Order: sequence, then structure tokens, then C-alpha cells
Amino acid sequence: MSERAAESPILDVRGLKVSIAGPPELQIVRGVDLAVRAGEVHALMGPNGSGKSTLASAIAGSPAYLVDEGQVLLHGEDVTALAADERARRGLFLSFQYPTAIPGVTMVNLLRASLKARRGTEPSAREFLAELRETLATLKMDESFARRYVNDGFSGGEKKRAEILQLGMLKPTLAILDETDSGLDVDALRTVAEGVNALRSPEIGILIITHYERILNYVTPDFVHVLVDGRIVRSGDVSLAKRIEAEGYDPILRAIGEGATPVAAATGGE
Amino acid sequence: MTTVNPRARDVVGEYKWGFHDDVQPLFIAEPGLSEEVVREISALKGEPDWMTEYRVDAYRTFCEKDDPTWAGSPGLLQAIDFDKIHYYVRATDRDSTNWDDVPEYIKDTFDKLGIPEAERQFLAGAGAQYDSEVVYHNIREDLAKQGVVFLGMDQGLAEHEELVREHFGTIVPSADNRYAALNSAVWSGGSFIYVPPGVNVEIPLQAYFRINTESMGQFERTLIIADEGSYVHYVEGCTAPIYSTDSLHSAVVEIIVKKDARVRYTTIQNWSNNVYNLVTKRAAAYENAVMEWVDGNIGSKLTMKYPSVFLMEPGAHGEILSLAFAGDGQHQDAGGKVVHVAPRTTSAVVSKSVSRGSGRTSYRGLLKVHEGAEDSSSTVRCDALLLDERSRSDTYPTMEVDEERVNIGHEASVSKLGEDQLFYLMSRGITEEEAAKMVVNGFVEPIVKELPMEYAIELNRLIELQMEGSVG
Repeated sequence: MSERAAESPILDVRGLKVSIAGPPELQIVRGVDLAVRAGEVHALMGPNGSGKSTLASAIAGSPAYLVDEGQVLLHGEDVTALAADERARRGLFLSFQYPTAIPGVTMVNLLRASLKARRGTEPSAREFLAELRETLATLKMDESFARRYVNDGFSGGEKKRAEILQLGMLKPTLAILDETDSGLDVDALRTVAEGVNALRSPEIGILIITHYERILNYVTPDFVHVLVDGRIVRSGDVSLAKRIEAEGYDPILRAIGEGATPVAAATGGE
Repeated sequence: MTTVNPRARDVVGEYKWGFHDDVQPLFIAEPGLSEEVVREISALKGEPDWMTEYRVDAYRTFCEKDDPTWAGSPGLLQAIDFDKIHYYVRATDRDSTNWDDVPEYIKDTFDKLGIPEAERQFLAGAGAQYDSEVVYHNIREDLAKQGVVFLGMDQGLAEHEELVREHFGTIVPSADNRYAALNSAVWSGGSFIYVPPGVNVEIPLQAYFRINTESMGQFERTLIIADEGSYVHYVEGCTAPIYSTDSLHSAVVEIIVKKDARVRYTTIQNWSNNVYNLVTKRAAAYENAVMEWVDGNIGSKLTMKYPSVFLMEPGAHGEILSLAFAGDGQHQDAGGKVVHVAPRTTSAVVSKSVSRGSGRTSYRGLLKVHEGAEDSSSTVRCDALLLDERSRSDTYPTMEVDEERVNIGHEASVSKLGEDQLFYLMSRGITEEEAAKMVVNGFVEPIVKELPMEYAIELNRLIELQMEGSVG
């Protein structure tokens, strides 16, 4: 990596506009700029329907969305035209809001195939097993979990922990956590947050997408952004999240004159 | 001595076993079928008169019977030209128990297919059939000492005539269907297995079937008798070269599972895509006996095969695990039949099918519960996976239940290779092609995990070959 590339943000989103692949084609993300540098934790907040998950999926390269304008750069490289697997092999990891089940494929199969794809070589069985056991222990997950089929018959909490297990094993340089805190009870939330905290390091950038501030009580972000109607309307430090916790989204929506839009009105606040 | 047909790639992509041996067989019957040909085959084999008459009688039945009208794509069965088929092709003049005695070119073929290697590594015995005749069979000495018989069917008839005469055609009568009649008339090769009471054959016996001659009909006949309290697992594999004309494979398999015995019969069928595979497989299970069919169909042009279990006495259990993969131009019409005759009998059918391109899969099942088979239960589950917009799958389940005190469950599903599943795997760094293979291999996992490990690996590999170029 050249010095210049090393200095550039891990994730650099520039003027990104994203539509649903449709039909009908509907623009959901309407011009987002966002830079996440190594060692930083960013939180992207916003009411339901503001485009948070669309932004996350588009950054990860989901074929369900079309990029109308703008760019996604990873480590300074434009990856806007690359497929999801190529982005992942460049260090990106998306923790899904609704992880899909893959019957017949065990967590171990998935992890080994993913590691092989990312590293180019199959990890040795001994090394893999040691890593797996350690990560499972960190997440307070039973070893039998690794032999189950991916997300097949998992409870909501198990699905989220399975995502964090993959995150811990794959060690990305950019992790996007899409509503990883939703649907978790307090204990599960704490476990997941510990998993994320264990991953924090000067080498990795983390983008936490959340509707609530709950997870931010356990993982303190360096930056907080508020997404409304496909645009980032506020950025600040953790105090912005605290304010949303106290007042909800309404004051922000009123300030930007969007309080009356149907999307925001229907889902504003909690 | 072997050549790869240049058309191979056009027909099935990377079908690995499409080569054929350029040798003149010792004997090749003129194409076409008549009573004379039937008598000639029997005479060549030096069979007892009762078998000759059995064949001739079956030939007459074959002439009278029509093709089933319900199966396959319209006209597909009718395209078989019975006058162009060689009904009997003998490549070598003996069935050997010593691999070194097998003619070099046949040995080469089976070496390429990994047969002797497999036998050394994980089989209790192996048989190999090349065109019409079994060219090799062998069984571990300790099993032979316990009285386990594993022979080619012809040799079985010669050495155990009374046992064969008592059971031959009792499970699948020659008049059962047109292709059973054809097989009964011109059968050659196949396996004869007898497991004495209480003997447990812990590792599988395997037979390998290979068609080499163009426009060849292979009609092997297998009879397995598992005596009381015994166990045996029989595995068969099939391949053929790729020719421009079609071949016909029409086998009959009869299995008798006596009281407390258990038989597992596993098939990995990977015929090239110019083989009609029309097979009748049936087992009768007696008191507390267990019969399990594990049936994997990857190759062939048209397969029609419905392994059946007749649960004859109380406590008998039948299981059918069926897996079919239909690629471009293939039709896998598969499924199973279970007939509950006695009380407290149980059965489970699991069918998984995958279709790709112009490939078609059909699940055709019959569940019949006779009056008086009370306290019996059965579950049927069939799942189909479509890989693209063109592929097709149909389900034809038939249930005839004449007893009220039974517990029957039936579930069916059809799903498409999901974009969300592909995206999920790709977001982990896995390529789209690899992701598609993982989803398909996961889909068939419930069947594959029932196979001995070596076969499971082979089957996954075959499916991956079928999947090549299916994405993007």
C-alpha cells in the first residue's frame, strides 16, 4: 500500500445516490458523503425509512440497489463497480440486519470458505479451530453453534451473534453493523457490544447503523451522523446521540423542515 | 486405446467419463430384438431351461405392453428405437476375481474411474460390469468365510440356482411394466448377494456399471437376499461414454429383507446425457426389517426410477432418500413408492431435486396404506430448487390410504436460488459461482450426509461439475 493510500480513509463515500433496483426505481439515498478512518467508530442514526440499510447494502455491493451517482472508495480505491465478493476481499464486512438462512451449510463451512476466499489459502484445521473456539468463548456461544446450518432456525439473538462471530473470525478492516442491536435483550446486546469492542483497534474502521442509541451505551462512537430522507443532516460527537436519546428525532426533523414528510412523520421518534 | 469424443463438451460440458475404448468386443449381438435373440443370449450363457423360458415369456410380455404415457416429456420415451439397440455385448470371456486377469483396456477404464483403488481403501467387496457382462468381482475373505455371497448375477445363477430360482422375479414380476419385461427377457450381469442370518457386513459392497459400446442396452439384474438379522450396504455407480446415438440402461433390482435384517442400497447414477435410464427397483421388508434406498441421479437423458418398499410384516420400516439434478436437456423423473401392508409399519421419503437451464425434475411418489395396516405412519417431504428462470420442477404425489388409524404427513416446497443467499455469501468474500455451489450443496446435504464419506465427496464434486458456468 502506498503512503498516500495508507493515509486515505478506509471508507470514503462521496456524493452517493442509490435507488432500489426496482421496478419501480426509487431513489432512497440522495447524496451522502461519509469518511471512516482507521481506528474510528462512526454511528449512523436515523428514523426508520431514512435509508440507513440501503446505504449499508449499497456500500457492501448488494445487487438489489443501483448507484445513480457518486462513489464508494475502500482504502482509496474506487470499488463502486465491483461485486460484493470483491469488496469483501478488500476488507469490507457487513453484519446484516436480517441475515438469511442457508440450510445445509454449517457455520464452519461458511467461515472456512470465507477465510479461504479472503486469504487466498485454506486456513489450517488446527489454526482455524483454535481461532473459532476463542471467538465463540468471547461471544459466550456454545461450540455446537458452529456445527449448525447458517441462520437456519436461529432465534433473532442467535442470528446477531452469528454475525458477530463471523466479524470476529474474518477480521475485516471495515465493519458495517446494520441494526445489529435490534431485537436483542440486554444480555445479548451486552455480549454483542463486547464482541464489537474486542474488535476495536487502530487498524479497523467501524460503522454502526442503529435506530436507537442503545448499543451506543456500550460502544462509544467517535462520530455520530443522523440520516434523514437519504441525506446526512447532522454530524457530531457522542453528545448528538445522547440528545436523540433524550428528545427523539423530532427536534432535528423540525429544524430541517422535514417534520411533515410522510416517511419521517410515520416513523419519527421511536 | 481411449479417445475422448470431441462432441462431449457440446453435450454436457465437462463430463469426465465421456471417453470410450476403441476395441472390438468378443461378441456383439446384432441390433434389434426377437425371440431368437433372447434364446441366443440364454444359450450363450448356458442357462438352465427354466430361465430360458422365463426370458422368452418376458419377451412376449414386453411385445404386448405399451410405454407408460404418464412420464417423461412427450415423445421422449417413444424416441427409443428398439431395433437399433445391441442387446448383448460381451467384451471378455470371463468374470474374474483377480484384477490382474481383467483385460488391460478394461482395467484402464476402471482405473480411471478409481475402482480398484476404492476397493482397497474402503470396500468389503467390489464388482465391475463392462457392457453386458460382469468382468470382475471380489469379496473380502473374512466375509466369504462367514458365508456372504457376492457374485455377478450370471455366476450367482450358476452357483446358487435353487436360491435364485426361489426368489428371482418374485419382487418385480416380469409383467410389472414394459421395461421390467424387457430386462427379464435380456438381462445380463448385475449382482447376486446373499447375507446369512446374523451376519453384519460393516463396510459397503460396491458394483460399478460401465457402458462402453455405442447404441448399447445394459440390462443388469440384481438380487439381494438379506437373511434374518443381517445387515448389508450395497453401493452402485454408473457412467458411460458420450456417443451421438442413445443408449438404454434398464435394470431390475429385487431385494428381500427378512425379519430384523437391514439393507441399505445406495446409487450414484452419473450416466452421460445420451443414456435412457429406466429402472425398476423394489424391496420387500418383513417383520421389523429396515430397507433404505439412497438414490442419487445426476446423469442420463431421461431417468424414470421410483425405488419402492413393500412393508409386508409388522414393524417393518422403509426409507427412500432421493436426489436428482437435471441440467440442460435432462429429465429426472424420480421419486419413490411405499406400500404399507402390515400394521405398525413406518416409512419416510425425502426427495430433493435441482433443475438448471432446460433441465426438468419430477417427483413422482406413491404412498399406499392397505386396510388393516393400522398404527402405521409415513412422512413424505419433497423439496425442489430451481437455479434459473428456464428450469422446471413438478410434483406428482399419489396417496391411497385405506386405513383410518394411520399418521400421514406430506410436505412439498419449491424454491429459487435466492439473490439474498448469494449476496449474503458474497458479502463474506465468496465468489458468486462458489456461493451458488454452496447453496446447492447445502440444499442436498440431508441426502449427501447419508452417503459414505468418499461417495459424499464424489457426489458434491459431480454437482459442482454440473454447476460449472451456471452463474454470471
